[in-house]
Amino acid sequence: MKPKTLMGKRHRKLLLFTTPALAFFLAFAVFPLIGTIYISFYRESKFVGLANFKFLFTDETLSSRFFSAFLHNCEFFIIAAAVQLPLALLMAALLTSGRVRRMTGFYRTILFIPSTLSVVIVGFIWRLIISPLWGIVDYPLLGEKATALPTITLMSVWQYLGIPLVFLYSALLAIPSNIIEAARVDGASDFRIFFRIKMPLIAPQIGIITILTFIWTFNGFDIIFALNGGMPGPDFSTDVLGTLFYRTFFGWGADQGDQNLGAATATVIFLIILLGTAGYFATIQRRLKVSQL
Amino acid sequence: MKVQNQSKNLLVHFCMIFFVLLAIGPILVIVINSFKTTDAIFSGPLKLPDSATFTLDGFKRAILNGNFIGNYINSTVITVGSTVLTVVCSCLAAYGITEFTTKLATMIAGLFTIGIMLPVTLGTVVILKMMVRFHLLNTHVSLILVYVGISVPLGVILMVTNFKTVSNDLKEAARIDGANEFRTFLIVLPLVKPGIAAVAAITMLPIWNDLWFPLILTTGPKTQTLTLGIQQFVGVHTNDWQALIASLVLGAIPLILLFTLFSKQFIKGLSDGYGK
Repeated sequence: MKPKTLMGKRHRKLLLFTTPALAFFLAFAVFPLIGTIYISFYRESKFVGLANFKFLFTDETLSSRFFSAFLHNCEFFIIAAAVQLPLALLMAALLTSGRVRRMTGFYRTILFIPSTLSVVIVGFIWRLIISPLWGIVDYPLLGEKATALPTITLMSVWQYLGIPLVFLYSALLAIPSNIIEAARVDGASDFRIFFRIKMPLIAPQIGIITILTFIWTFNGFDIIFALNGGMPGPDFSTDVLGTLFYRTFFGWGADQGDQNLGAATATVIFLIILLGTAGYFATIQRRLKVSQL
Repeated sequence: MKVQNQSKNLLVHFCMIFFVLLAIGPILVIVINSFKTTDAIFSGPLKLPDSATFTLDGFKRAILNGNFIGNYINSTVITVGSTVLTVVCSCLAAYGITEFTTKLATMIAGLFTIGIMLPVTLGTVVILKMMVRFHLLNTHVSLILVYVGISVPLGVILMVTNFKTVSNDLKEAARIDGANEFRTFLIVLPLVKPGIAAVAAITMLPIWNDLWFPLILTTGPKTQTLTLGIQQFVGVHTNDWQALIASLVLGAIPLILLFTLFSKQFIKGLSDGYGK
């Protein structure tokens, strides 16, 4: 009997200490997400099964908006990952190359400053810089359908580059220096050391960055809303799932908001993120961890 | 050999300076223009202000116009309130998880690990319903509750890694002296100060800059945050570019300052929290 009561005491103490954090997390993060899935099956307090989802995917305007927003998210993610990762890797490699020494902290701090700004400020700064008013760029980058989304994506990359940089920088610093020294004694060049030794060792972090970029871009809303509002122009060419969710839920202009439809939209976005993340962890990330050993 | 090495070092420095300029240049352009007259902003956007074009009018009007000061106070109350609550809850939970290691503790830690990646904004429909039900719409409390719920998972996981480094000797000594579990917790707390700083830094940033939840929960003029206020200022197509640019600069200063002061803790928090 004794071990059991001891165990009970431990559990009681554990719960005593973890309850405040758990309460906040369950009430304001987990419950709203579950509740959202729940009410996506309802309409005016009546259970309607998949009717909201059916409407979302069959209504002519809404479904086409949904699929174009989804494709825009994919484009956003691919451009962001393709530009951000190599750049962050290059910067982290240079910072940890042992060639900048005392300046490391200075460079690292400055490179992170854009990430501390709000999207409102980032959007404004870049819109002003590329605006015809200032005449630095001679082309309406944000006004043309073909260039608007890539331009906004690059603004976002500029802002958040510091985050992958910091991850990769810390990961590179954590590599034991004797491995590098041994390679250097064997006559390996800087390039060889980086691509053959360092890169494979930080592969798991590269994976984590990719999946976080995926979650953040598919859940993204701010930069688009800050620049273009709820009807992201030109002609919805910068509309993403986040802004579509905002419109279906809250309405915008003449469109009335609808909370059940909003909940259904949110549920689908949640599913996309969940499937993408789970699929990634089940396949790629596991292999990265194994290859590290 | 040495000469070759030095030229390589120089090349790396050149690259880094290029990246640094790319990161800071656009911000400096805005800062420079916040000190200029409207004419000068448009006739020579890249020029430094001189005696003819220098003015602080933008800052004066930015501060006096609208509820700029009120918004500043709102943002401060919400950010500080959420951060303090997050730190307190995270420390308590992390101490519990590292001290009372049971299967349940592992499960709770796992729950928080998943929580880091949870896209909570997708629960907004229900969050809004909850706040309406509790009559919390347009209050600071509504935002603080949500932000603590979002921030606590990362805070707990970060503090767990910190509490794990505390040696058992101190805790045992405290217990032998008859301290109860909460006293022991308080005695250990100073040892994880660096972790607390990291959690505080990383919690503050997204809250100060958040646009989504203020847009939904606190649109009223009395509880509006600075970020939302500036967004609306930008949105009304004002002709007062001076005040607009000045208010952007004033809005960015607190976090840039905080970050440069605490950049070590901040970077530690970020890489320890997500990097694993």
